[in-house]
Amino acid sequence: MNPQESAAAPEAPVAEDPIKAQNAQVLALLHRLAGEAAFTDVAEPYGLLTATTTRERIHEIIAGLQQDQELKFHFLTTLCGINYPENEGKELGIIYHLHSLTKNIRLRLKIFFPIADPVVPTITDLYNAANWLERETFDFYGVIFTGHPNLIRILNVEDMDYHPMRKEYPLEDGTREDKTDLFFGR
Amino acid sequence: MAVNDALAGTHKIQEEAAAQRHGQLMPLLNDFSQELTTLNLGPTHPATHGIFQNILQMDGERIVSGVPTIGYIHRAFEKIAERRPFYQITTLTDRMNYCSSPINNLGWHMTVEKLLGVTVPKRAQYMRVIMMELARIADHLICNSILGVDTGAFTGFLYVFQEREKIYEIYEEVCGARLTTNMGRVGGMERDFTPVAIQKLRDWLKTFPVVMKEFEAMFNRNRIFMDRVVNVGPISAEKALSYGFTGPNLRAAGVDYDVRVMNPYSSYEDFEFDIPVGTNGDTYDRFIVRNEEIWQSLRIINQALDNLPEGPYHADAPHYYLPAKPEVYKNMEALIYHFKIVMGEIDAPVGEVYHAVEGGNGELGFYLVSDGGRTPYRLHFRRPCFIYYQAYPEMAVGTTLSDAIVILSSMNVIAGELDA
Repeated sequence: MNPQESAAAPEAPVAEDPIKAQNAQVLALLHRLAGEAAFTDVAEPYGLLTATTTRERIHEIIAGLQQDQELKFHFLTTLCGINYPENEGKELGIIYHLHSLTKNIRLRLKIFFPIADPVVPTITDLYNAANWLERETFDFYGVIFTGHPNLIRILNVEDMDYHPMRKEYPLEDGTREDKTDLFFGR
Repeated sequence: MAVNDALAGTHKIQEEAAAQRHGQLMPLLNDFSQELTTLNLGPTHPATHGIFQNILQMDGERIVSGVPTIGYIHRAFEKIAERRPFYQITTLTDRMNYCSSPINNLGWHMTVEKLLGVTVPKRAQYMRVIMMELARIADHLICNSILGVDTGAFTGFLYVFQEREKIYEIYEEVCGARLTTNMGRVGGMERDFTPVAIQKLRDWLKTFPVVMKEFEAMFNRNRIFMDRVVNVGPISAEKALSYGFTGPNLRAAGVDYDVRVMNPYSSYEDFEFDIPVGTNGDTYDRFIVRNEEIWQSLRIINQALDNLPEGPYHADAPHYYLPAKPEVYKNMEALIYHFKIVMGEIDAPVGEVYHAVEGGNGELGFYLVSDGGRTPYRLHFRRPCFIYYQAYPEMAVGTTLSDAIVILSSMNVIAGELDA
């Protein structure tokens, strides 16, 4: 485990051991909550424990993290979407950043799901902060959060008919030729 | 159409609020509750200090419900960032919280440095701390003095705006710009502090405390001001945490969470300072916490300036840090590096990094996913006021319109950051 981690985080903070110990504690809690099989791609890039799980389990996992008496993940730092068009069946993702303020541990959880069926359970019942963040993710990526009280666009106009942060919408017109650069290939 | 939709939302919230209050004492709604007035607070209202709208349902002077509409200056920074090399993203961060651009700029540079694994020399870290604390003071000064204006006290605003002007002069001396500073570079600062900058800073450190004392004397125990702000818009610590409050607003509610202490960055662990906390999270607490933070920031600046280490002001990272211009003309390696950096040909490692700094109004986070290309694959800004502004309707309901203005002002919602 150790060599892989140090490869992933070349400039990990000097006080590495306490962070490793904390992350191990959180990972143990995650495994206790949903079983070891529920998590894949567990890594610690730059000292922040990251795990991938499934959308079926995410709500119960986050609820369990929030209710845990020792670690108390009471704070939802942020939540955002991501789009990997090449990953068949896992094109869209949601990334949750949670923070335990009592122990000062951060945790990153990811879920991936197909773009054809972008339905994810809401966590607005757990954190009020998730409300607008989920609306933003809906606005940008078209992720439907089931159970969200008011899932409408937040930053873009309501009559917009696409979700602009998806990679299928490049920033500039791809057919333009005056901007292609033969020498640098972009 | 849009207004009707928004009103539908208002009615829904109103019904829910009524359902929640069912069985409780309802002092807000009287028998005339059917005759509510709809009031558009914003989008361009002088008291909102930015372009965002609140559709309020008023029962006389009381607010029954509020529906915020945001996005009026949405500029799709997260999308634009996906096409920009790392060093071009500072100009986007400038325009988020434009009251404290240096914190945004330097926070972004630190995120990239974390990704690249660049260690910044101590001197640059201290310089950054000085600039970030100046920005924090400027940010808090604006927020608190505008709160004064919204309660009818214009004088304090003019007093401290003169000082903010001096802070901007220091920015100007350090980086050449005043509002959208584009300060610092990946790997350090773009230039050393000039003697003039140091002199200006020292002069300001002498004159500012006097003005700040005057400002505090004008407000802190002012009967009229206190009547307007004490117990207005309180929020409990639990509610604040659930709503994702950070920064002075959270500390006013009694939670001592400060990124500078919890996850020190840029050598904040070297400095001695206190985290002021409030007790009941009302407008007065937010005001006092900000005032006290200004004093703490001054302490940090004094320590950083007195102990400013000698040495280089940028890391020795030729792949990421632009070489000095005279070098580019004379030295072939410097020219190559200059070219590669400007053309965005640097190699970034594949990885993902979350870095948070204590911004003017809370935890300003940058979540950067890099696929090794010249631009971020995904960049998400955790914008503190976007997250805590959701609590505004809940805080404003039940108060009068004049209180709602004061609450909004004390929350320090910056439209540029809200909409990004």
